[in-house]
Amino acid sequence: MSKKEQRDHWLDRPANIKRLWRVFAALLALTVLAQLAVSIKGYFGLDGWLGFGAAFGFLSCLAMVLFAKGLGYLLKRREDYYGGKKEPADDI
Amino acid sequence: MIFEPIPPALALLLGGALIGILRGHARSAMVLLAPLLTLWLVWLVPDGVALDIQFLDYRIEPLEGSPVRRLFATAFALMAFVGGLFAYRQAKWHELAAAHIYAAGAIGVCFAGDLITLFIFWELMALFSTVVVWCGGSPGARAAGIRYAIMHLLGGVILKVGIEGVAVHTGSIDVQAMLAGNFDAAMILTGILINAAAPPVSAWLSDSYPESSPTGSVFLSAFTTKTAVLALILLFPGEPLLIGIGLFMVMYGIIYALLENNIRRILAFSIVNQVGFMVCAVGIGTEMAINGAAAHAFAHIIYKALLFMSAGVVVHRTGLNRCSDVGGLFRTMPLTAICGIVGALAISGFPLTSGFTTKTLISQAAANEAMVFVYFTLAAASAGVFLHAGIKFPWFVFFQRDSGLRPKDAPWNMAAAMLMFAFLCVLLGVAPELLYRFLPYPVDYDAYAPDKVLFYLQLLLFSGLAFFLLLPLMRRTRTISLDADWLWRVLLFEAARRAYGVLGWMGARAAKALMRISNRLRRLAARHMSTSSDGQRSGVFARTWPIGTTAIWIAILLTSYVFVYYL
Repeated sequence: MSKKEQRDHWLDRPANIKRLWRVFAALLALTVLAQLAVSIKGYFGLDGWLGFGAAFGFLSCLAMVLFAKGLGYLLKRREDYYGGKKEPADDI
Repeated sequence: MIFEPIPPALALLLGGALIGILRGHARSAMVLLAPLLTLWLVWLVPDGVALDIQFLDYRIEPLEGSPVRRLFATAFALMAFVGGLFAYRQAKWHELAAAHIYAAGAIGVCFAGDLITLFIFWELMALFSTVVVWCGGSPGARAAGIRYAIMHLLGGVILKVGIEGVAVHTGSIDVQAMLAGNFDAAMILTGILINAAAPPVSAWLSDSYPESSPTGSVFLSAFTTKTAVLALILLFPGEPLLIGIGLFMVMYGIIYALLENNIRRILAFSIVNQVGFMVCAVGIGTEMAINGAAAHAFAHIIYKALLFMSAGVVVHRTGLNRCSDVGGLFRTMPLTAICGIVGALAISGFPLTSGFTTKTLISQAAANEAMVFVYFTLAAASAGVFLHAGIKFPWFVFFQRDSGLRPKDAPWNMAAAMLMFAFLCVLLGVAPELLYRFLPYPVDYDAYAPDKVLFYLQLLLFSGLAFFLLLPLMRRTRTISLDADWLWRVLLFEAARRAYGVLGWMGARAAKALMRISNRLRRLAARHMSTSSDGQRSGVFARTWPIGTTAIWIAILLTSYVFVYYL
């Protein structure tokens, strides 16, 4: 019974996930539109533009994820890369 | 004053020793009481040098107070208390004792008025933090602990070289502001930066912390790097080199955390990222920037410990370390999930959390100095922190997919510790004046100016959008990422192995050649000095010669000698 209860957590239902997305989208729109009411002065001119924070946040995240992804091809190794034959744990 | 002020570090040192001796409830009481006593003593330390001792030709000042020193010491003592509460029922006694002495080292550094005291407590930290790493107990922890110890002892030697140089060349061992203009100061700076996990040696941190026990990583997250930040504030405020180093650390932490699968290693990388903010602030060096570095360090110790506690509970309950193995834990661990989320929001600098009221001080300082590049890099990094720690950590651990795991929520002491720090994260976010009052310089700053709040809300929420849109690109893989430590763990190791092989080969060749020469000599000797087995033929030196022949030869020899002598 408790298992069924757990499976029925409100976050498990797709309809609720959809609802959360809508709330999130509304919040996003709100933060940008709020700039019409509260003007952001900014320090360097361009950071006072409408939606600058939004665009800057999104784009810098995009850049970082893509950069990390690219670097991953170069740097990622299997978990036992340092382990196993090269570092016998029990001798020396 | 009737009483001589007592160095607060002594209380914790004694507490650490007593933990080893006492048993049962008395031990538990010591774990909790020693940090509280220390906290009280921290606040009794007056400004200025409170204690000095003549040692050889040096004036040792083991106790010097100032607002920024007390602020860091307060954070460390608080950390020792709440960390002790978190750990005392689950951790082994030697981990608790080592953690106390480790914290004592950190507090000792806080009040060190001279470089010799600073060095002694610095090494105390290195030794006992290594013990905490070893308390992880696995072969991996042992190996990581050895690598950790090597790095920190090396850092200690470099620091010592710098201190000796400063003592000899300036004649003063006072802890005072300097610039890395000469060799001595550069050595000191390098020694400190190694502890701050600056490039290229950042890897010691992400290598060792995740190998420690679920409770040990909570202690480790707090002391070493933040002590280094304090040392930078005291010794190198306004050193321009630190701005670049800090910005690099900020970005390094984000990128590596994005690639990482181990839960606690994600948090370890984000320590480097956060310390990067502070190092950069020390580099900017204005009053506001130093305030920002100190405030951010204080807030960071709390929310980072909270994050490690939340992760520690997960590891403690499930025994699993990887994002790819867990998920969906919010169902049965709601408290741990909520505390983890509070910590994650705080580290991201979300408004109403301590991260927002402290990190924006640093951004403001950069803006005031018209450092366009620094300001925008820090803003991008704030977005990146939300990406790699603020959402990634709670999402992959507590949500993501249902892993089928149904572990119990945190034991009561761990829950209490998390709630305390979660409360502080929110309190310092809602009422920043509580912290601002204790900063080294007067604060004239309104964290909640509406346009600033709006800017950061846009920045962070759209980073959140980016996270969920880019999720397919962030599929967890069971991998590790190479770091600069590859250079010595693989390249140097391989080079040494090859060199050893070449030397061995050359040795073998040399031995063979020697053998050939000695064989030849033996054959020569045999030919001239022995008699054949049938007794027929003898070598020149083995034959019997008549006395007369010998006498003639001796006479010729003596004559020629006399002749040569008189020539």
